[in-house]
Amino acid sequence: MFTSIQIVLIIFILFAISRVYLRAKERVIPVKTAAFWAFIWITALIGIALPTTTSKIAAYVGVGRGVDVIVYISLALLFYLVFRIYVMIEDLRHEITKLISNIGLKNTQKKSTSKKPIK
Amino acid sequence: MKALILVPAFNEATVIYSVLNSIPKKINHLENVEIIVVDDGSHDNTKKEAKRAGIQVISHILNRGLGAAIKTGIQYAREKKYDILVTFDGDGQHDPLDIQKIVQPILMQKADVVIGSRFITKEGVPFDRLIINSLANVATYLLFGTKSTDSQSGLRALSKKAIALIDFKADRMEFSSEILLEAKKHNLIVKEIPIKAIYTEYSRAKGQKNTNAFPVMFKFLVKLFR
Repeated sequence: MFTSIQIVLIIFILFAISRVYLRAKERVIPVKTAAFWAFIWITALIGIALPTTTSKIAAYVGVGRGVDVIVYISLALLFYLVFRIYVMIEDLRHEITKLISNIGLKNTQKKSTSKKPIK
Repeated sequence: MKALILVPAFNEATVIYSVLNSIPKKINHLENVEIIVVDDGSHDNTKKEAKRAGIQVISHILNRGLGAAIKTGIQYAREKKYDILVTFDGDGQHDPLDIQKIVQPILMQKADVVIGSRFITKEGVPFDRLIINSLANVATYLLFGTKSTDSQSGLRALSKKAIALIDFKADRMEFSSEILLEAKKHNLIVKEIPIKAIYTEYSRAKGQKNTNAFPVMFKFLVKLFR
């Protein structure tokens, strides 16, 4: 039987998986990204529904408890994802700059063309 | 040969007119010298003041940072086929007479990138600036492997070759170090010339803040590990 916390978490994860599926179907996120997130959530689902699996992994890698393995992996993953998001924001900033720069140059060109006398 | 003097400006309405008027319109051995202001989304009358000085202005509709303004200027110089590009800060911290000095090595074909260094003589440089600049130089060396006595200088000159090849990504202050990295990548000859720094209360408030050193360092690291 599941404990109440397991039930709450399983419901939340099923909700998260449904969101991944729907966003992929709407093509808001690419298939590769959807597959990544589906993998993350399904792994979490297995860890919560079958806690013995995380205990087995913990024993295998030499960490005390199954929950510790989850915390360590989650932290590493979260830090990595924050870093990826930071890089993505930087890329977006560069794209915006390119756009602003091109608009500025184009407007200057337009002005200098319109200043030329008509023959 | 024709040269472009690029003045990046952000909210410099109080000084830009006098700064632009102080820039020499003629440089020895150059037939044509044009000045252009890149107004980086100023909220004040910078653009109006620059136009009052009779200078053409390229406007950024949003503030994107000093690096972005320089990038726009380089792109303009590339499109208009300038032989030399000089960057000159709009806050009045440079001596206009130093322009002649920094274009000289390019005219003599002895350099592609000339950095006007405030720290060769260290004359009149406040102590905190000396420390921060030394840290920035060490960081530039450790991360990019390029040595400089003033990696963050705003007075620099680029040859036609450098204008064509230099393509940096940074939008903000960290672009200065990236220019050196680009020069190294393309085997461009870099030379440093001592220049005079004019530190006024205004230029100190407008220039790089000491606290900028940390975000700049962080951005360098992200660039390396991305």
